[in-house]
Amino acid sequence: MTAFIIFICLVLLAIVIIQVGKVTELASKIKGEEEAQYQSNFWNSNLSLIFMVVFLGAIFVSAYYYKNSMLGYGPHIAASKHGKTIDFLFNVNLWFTGIVFVLTHIALFWFAYKYSGKRNHRATFISHDNKLEIIWTAIPAAVMTLLVVGGLDAWNDIMADIKEKDEYIEIEATGMQFAWLLRYPGADGKLGTRDFKKISSNNPFGQDWTDTKNLDDIHASEIVLPVGKKVRVRITSRDVLHSFFLPHFRVKMDAVPGMPTYFVFTPTTTTAEYRQRLSRYNEWQEPSDPKDPESKPRWQVFDYELACAELCGKGHFSMRRVVRIVSEDEYAQWLKTQKSYYTESIKGTADDPNAGGQVSAEELKLRRETFLAELEKVKTQAADAGEKVVQLGHIGFETGSAKLTTESKYQLDNLFEYLQSNADVKIELGGHTDSIGDAAVNLKLSGERAKSVADYLISKGIDASRVSSKGYGSTKPVDSADTEEARAKNRRTEIKFL
Amino acid sequence: MSNISQIDQEKLIHEDGFNDHFHEHHDGDKYQMGFLTKYIFSMDHKMIAKQFLITGMVWAVIGALMSLVFRLQLGFPESDMAWLRPILGQWIVVNDAGVGTLSTEFYYALVTMHGTILVFFVLTAGLSGTFSNLLIPLQIGARDMASPFLNMLSYWFFFLAGIIMFISLFLSTGPFSGGWTAYPPLSLLPQASDGSKAGMTLWSISMVFFVVSVLLGGINYVTTVLNLRTKGMSMWRLPLTVWSFLITAIVGILSFPVLAAAFFLVICDRSLGTSFYLSEIFIGGQALDHVGGSAILYQHLFWFLGHPEVYIIILPTMGIVSEILSISSRKPIFGYKAMVMSLSAISFLSFIVWAHHMFMSGMNPFITNFFVIFTLIIAVPSAVKVFNWISTLYKGNIRFNSASLFAIGYVSLFISGGLTGIFLGNSTIDIQLHDTYFVVAHFHLVMGVAAFFGMFAGIYHWFPKMFGRFMNETVGKIHFWGTLIGAYMIFWPQHYLGIAGVPRRYYSFENFDAFSHFGTMNKVITIAAFFTFFLQVLFLINFFYSMYRGRKVTNPNPWGANTLEWTTPINPGHGNWDGNLPVVHRWPYDYSKDGEDHIPQIIPIQPGETVVHQ
Repeated sequence: MTAFIIFICLVLLAIVIIQVGKVTELASKIKGEEEAQYQSNFWNSNLSLIFMVVFLGAIFVSAYYYKNSMLGYGPHIAASKHGKTIDFLFNVNLWFTGIVFVLTHIALFWFAYKYSGKRNHRATFISHDNKLEIIWTAIPAAVMTLLVVGGLDAWNDIMADIKEKDEYIEIEATGMQFAWLLRYPGADGKLGTRDFKKISSNNPFGQDWTDTKNLDDIHASEIVLPVGKKVRVRITSRDVLHSFFLPHFRVKMDAVPGMPTYFVFTPTTTTAEYRQRLSRYNEWQEPSDPKDPESKPRWQVFDYELACAELCGKGHFSMRRVVRIVSEDEYAQWLKTQKSYYTESIKGTADDPNAGGQVSAEELKLRRETFLAELEKVKTQAADAGEKVVQLGHIGFETGSAKLTTESKYQLDNLFEYLQSNADVKIELGGHTDSIGDAAVNLKLSGERAKSVADYLISKGIDASRVSSKGYGSTKPVDSADTEEARAKNRRTEIKFL
Repeated sequence: MSNISQIDQEKLIHEDGFNDHFHEHHDGDKYQMGFLTKYIFSMDHKMIAKQFLITGMVWAVIGALMSLVFRLQLGFPESDMAWLRPILGQWIVVNDAGVGTLSTEFYYALVTMHGTILVFFVLTAGLSGTFSNLLIPLQIGARDMASPFLNMLSYWFFFLAGIIMFISLFLSTGPFSGGWTAYPPLSLLPQASDGSKAGMTLWSISMVFFVVSVLLGGINYVTTVLNLRTKGMSMWRLPLTVWSFLITAIVGILSFPVLAAAFFLVICDRSLGTSFYLSEIFIGGQALDHVGGSAILYQHLFWFLGHPEVYIIILPTMGIVSEILSISSRKPIFGYKAMVMSLSAISFLSFIVWAHHMFMSGMNPFITNFFVIFTLIIAVPSAVKVFNWISTLYKGNIRFNSASLFAIGYVSLFISGGLTGIFLGNSTIDIQLHDTYFVVAHFHLVMGVAAFFGMFAGIYHWFPKMFGRFMNETVGKIHFWGTLIGAYMIFWPQHYLGIAGVPRRYYSFENFDAFSHFGTMNKVITIAAFFTFFLQVLFLINFFYSMYRGRKVTNPNPWGANTLEWTTPINPGHGNWDGNLPVVHRWPYDYSKDGEDHIPQIIPIQPGETVVHQ
């Protein structure tokens, strides 16, 4: 109903204006066209002057009014190192352009006012003035040079990728319709490889699980970063263009499918510090929920935010993630609570391409510790406790051959290390198979397999006299039951202390 | 010195003029006899100009109404839009409580269509098409365009492009909604957005036809200016309007084919399975086969046109404003040659700055260095133009009418919008401002509203030539002051939004704590938008009313201007001049010289006259 009334009012207003227009046209006919023109000059030149004053005034008042909500002003000092440079350059530009803006506007409207057409006046014929034109070409050129040099100097600094010696944290942000996916590199500090063809509902990044760098990677639901530490964000997209935008840090970079981009920055203000800063301003004392006056004040619930700044479809406006900047300790704490996505959701499932599960760095560490402990334990056991034998687990051979699988190297390297630091130890490596197949073939294969383990150690520098190898075929089963489980136990490599 | 104002100009053309009638026209003008050939398939440049203008107006109203709908969403996100359901149908989603909301998909379709329509259909075709067609032959002393037939085709290709775009508004999946820049992969993948289905197909076909229209028009403008100038009309005697149309046409001819190429590759990727712009995409639950393409390639191709395009929009208005400021101040334009030089410099530079739209696109940051340098150099010729316009007013005897007011307003808007370009062209500052409302404020002021002001100035000024009547001055002045205030109220606060980091193209700001606290400002902007639109309705009423009922022109040269179009009869027929063509003896800016108010170009140099420009 109100809309209808407003509409009717506007129609009436339009009719009034048109009628006024008609009447003034008639009046100017009576007064004479020339007279009407001089009157029009008088009114409009005065309006020009009034407009100039009101316009410039409104600009200063409104800018002052909104000052504290603009980034770079009031509480919103950039929360990153380079952000302060950007804000500084912004202000330099603001000064130069502001001066030009005010002066040209004063000149434009003042001249319009001053030289409005009057009776018995005549314009002065001025066609050009070379000297003046050179001056006002040269001055802008000089100022622009200044701004360009300042800007580019900062630009090349800000956009430089990390250097080899830099200490930094690398994280990854991947845009998709309509959310940001976040990935941390885990304990090894390296992000694993990806392949868009491997993306699925439980592999949102398309990580390649045969790449060990992937195994400790963390999928996070918010960006948490330590203050004062250089961060390299690797920015990618799964589908269409997105743009990684952290307004408080002055960070922005498009996410392009098929072409990873990056942005390097150093956060300088923790979330807690920023909140403290906000708490000094009145508008941040208001309740965070306008409907609930009892809710916390706005400054207490403030968070840095990650947004999307490149149109990516109908959900473009909703791609929010919280960013938290914390102290180094808090960061380490947080990192501890995060679980590797592989271990949590992939390992051992049908999506795991690694037989028996691929190993993460933590897992390797654990294996190494138990293996070395067992070796130590067996070595020092009492002489009467029988043969000193340790199972060499976590190694494998390619089917029907004596070639070691890549994964085997981890445990062999542990053994190598042990032998190196225990020069008095001599071992025999015994190969065992299950009872399936031809016994003679089994015997030969087990011998070759044991030998290839020995060869590996010798090739790394262990004296050949300390390592011998022997194939036992299926002659020494540890479990004689006729089950697959038992057979798996029997296929093994043993380390015997001599 | 004889009294120039006493010279009978009609007699002068008759005696001094150039006789280009090598054969007799005993049958009269048989080509424009019927309604169809006179008003529809006209080959008369004046009629084609009017066709461009009125088609442009129709599109401007459609585009503006779209902006009102999305401004309503941004300013009053909680308001009930169910009342729009009769017009927008399924795009207004009505919940159980009967409250209607704008669908997000359609919001983006509106934003996209608003941009496409205003940039291409209104400010390219409606502006350049209107004034280049109307003024080039009239101001250089030609009977028509070099090829009236191509000229007619140019309009009809534009019309066809418009029809296709218009049809796309009624698709069940909606018109294209991926932004007027149509960046892939969003624009290429129907899985990515409903608008990228049939909407994008029609959008790209429409744009290809539009490119054809621009090229046909442009080739014609260039040929006409270079070949059909009347006797005595050397290049340095051309009015700045014609210079600006010529340069605009050249820029268009060089840049639009690249856009056509970009769209051709878009069509290939969409329908032939190629991968020019696509690589490593997982969408709609499956990985696509496309690999090896580059989304950035499209941006390079697009902006190679896209940047010159904004100059295609603004250059003609620079010419129009220069001309009107000079006439209204009763003074020559200050630094005529500098104005031509700066026009040329701007248009040359416009070809080597395109990647300043792409600082944050992921292209190599090293390349940015070159684009920053060239971009900021543009500030120099632009500054020269502004200073020259202001100097033109200095010591003038300014006649205030709707045309001159809009020209003065234009200079103000051009300064306001131009200066913010210095921030955005500086890649470092652009890191923060890119794709925020600061950009929206910048380009709307400098090439949106400013271009409209130039267009309005031109319409008010040349309306008497088009229709033999005046537009109502009082309504025109209300239109001016209201629009100036309204436009600044809409776009000035958007700078603040941008500096606060608010991204453009957001359907709602509620999701983000950082962007959601500008509710009042957004309301004010929306109200100002409605207010400004109301004034444009007033302008349209004034325009069409005056066409039939406006005050009649009695003096063939009502503004006391020097250019040739005012030496034609009040209602020029096909061929523009009844007898001989006028012969030109001087440049067009002899105002207030030697005690004469103005000396038209057809007046020979008088004995004892001071000559500053041959």
